[in-house]
Amino acid sequence: MTLKVDDLRVYYRTLRGEVKALDGVSFTLADGEIMGLAGESGCGKSTLGKSLIRLDQRMKHVGGSVELDGQVLPIADDRRMNAHRFFEVSLIPQYSMSALNPTRKIGRMIEELLRSRGAPFDRKELERRLHLVGLSTDVLDRYPIELSGGMKQRTVMVISTLLDPSLLIADEVTSALDVSSQRAVAQTLLEFRDRHLVKSMIVVTHDLSLVYQIADTIMVMYAGKLAEKAPAKTIVNAPRHPYTQALINSLPEVGVRYSERRLQGIPGSPPSLLNPPKGCRFRDRCPLAFDKCETEPPFTEIAQGHSVACWKAI
Amino acid sequence: MLKLDKVGKTYRIGAFGGQELRAVHDVSFQVNPGEVVSLIGESGSGKSTIGKMVLRLLPPSAGAITLDGTPEADYYRHVQGVFQDPFSSYNPIFKADRVFEMVRQGFGLPSQDWREKVEAALRSVRLDPGAVLGKYPHQLSGGQLQRMLIARALLLELKVLVADEIISMLDASTRIDVLNLLGELRERGLGILFITHDLSLGNYVSDRTVVLYKGRMVETGRTDRVFGDPRHPYTRRLLASVPQLHRKWSEEEEQPEPEAECLFHAPGEGWVEPDHFVGCAFGGEQDECPRAAEAVVIPLR
Repeated sequence: MTLKVDDLRVYYRTLRGEVKALDGVSFTLADGEIMGLAGESGCGKSTLGKSLIRLDQRMKHVGGSVELDGQVLPIADDRRMNAHRFFEVSLIPQYSMSALNPTRKIGRMIEELLRSRGAPFDRKELERRLHLVGLSTDVLDRYPIELSGGMKQRTVMVISTLLDPSLLIADEVTSALDVSSQRAVAQTLLEFRDRHLVKSMIVVTHDLSLVYQIADTIMVMYAGKLAEKAPAKTIVNAPRHPYTQALINSLPEVGVRYSERRLQGIPGSPPSLLNPPKGCRFRDRCPLAFDKCETEPPFTEIAQGHSVACWKAI
Repeated sequence: MLKLDKVGKTYRIGAFGGQELRAVHDVSFQVNPGEVVSLIGESGSGKSTIGKMVLRLLPPSAGAITLDGTPEADYYRHVQGVFQDPFSSYNPIFKADRVFEMVRQGFGLPSQDWREKVEAALRSVRLDPGAVLGKYPHQLSGGQLQRMLIARALLLELKVLVADEIISMLDASTRIDVLNLLGELRERGLGILFITHDLSLGNYVSDRTVVLYKGRMVETGRTDRVFGDPRHPYTRRLLASVPQLHRKWSEEEEQPEPEAECLFHAPGEGWVEPDHFVGCAFGGEQDECPRAAEAVVIPLR
């Protein structure tokens, strides 16, 4: 088992109080598993991704633990995390376009980066990896401004995985790209796993149909809590949580037309996380809500590898 | 009816405007009342440039854009736009409903019954006036803000709405409501130019589709024909790269590249059916086409 997250709570400090962006999240990630992490904006999916690698100034680790390969990650301790970052946990950030230093040629930037981390610079290996993602080695002698968005994204992907981390977090890596580059980038992520460059991966995205293409399992979050985790096929074909069902039903696909079948959105909006309501947080928008929903449903395994937090599903 | 006739746009780029970039070549199509036309293309295909020209934010370098039966001075009353980022369309230090007041002042509309008109417009975009009036932009969701901008356009005598990527920044649960709203407006006789890079959204809402590649129309026609029977190799490849639920890329059979000779060279000869046009991505210029004698293979970046 690569990653074990147990009752993780991370709050944001704001002037008006604490925003409970991650409020008791527990899950495991197996070796070689690609997990898609989906949900609406503000559900805590990016916070979860970030907590595993770096808590910024505003984020406070309130409780829970993270274990990677049997070793506890000191996520609250910025300095001690340095030994793990990039070596064991690595991140492909949301805006790779601006993640590269504009004043350095790519090759020199990578060299400096590795030196600062005390890791050896192996140009042969670097070139091999660039070829793997379909970039030519000329990239190393260019400035970031000379590359297209898709090329920058792939360059960052190569850099992030250079030290063969156990866990890779890909945060919305495809949302700024065109459909055709999206496909190439998504398939590169798969390739990384298949060639054992990374052991397992969390792909944070709001695009369920894209993550379905590459993920083994999909975890859906709602308002700082887990709603459902299951194999990708199950989430798409037989979701049990009403929120997942509504989310899947609101996705237009090629072939569905307004004039023939009208899709429906989810009425209402997610609750504020400053003072989240007691009980099930989806209750106000849920078509199936009943009395019992006033107590919080546990995140329970209802079938092999399929967990749901809903009283109706248990 | 909004008509684009052989519209082209050339930008001057470089340090002293010494270089030219032809962003749009020879684009002709029309948007009829009660019709949603989607303009689909990847970045750099010229789709937003066309949107801006339709809104008269940019002058076309060639061709003409006309709206039937309206004097030139009234053009802006009939053609209005909504853009991608709802949060940057509002001034964050003013209340969001200020946008309505600015329309009234800008177009010199009578202030009599104005509040009723605003409320009627809000209700027609399915917003509760009490819930959105008097709020600041940060107190409203992206979907609400976007719908308020549509309501603003409805306050004028709107005939054509240009919707440039209006839902790409919205969440899955609200974007479908905004899309359905476009469908409802269409039923009320509005013409809508729906600009998007997302093929599944274009397919869901539109009656006709225009596919652009590097500023040229490569395929256009009724949406069910273009998506159901795509003829241009570019359209086919674009469709194949769209991620879909229920179908994985890895489960698809490898489709052989069409090896037929390129049918699409002579400009104007690309009508495969009465309402289905397939054009050459290179404007029929043989020497620009990499494989002039064979099928056009367009590199996807």
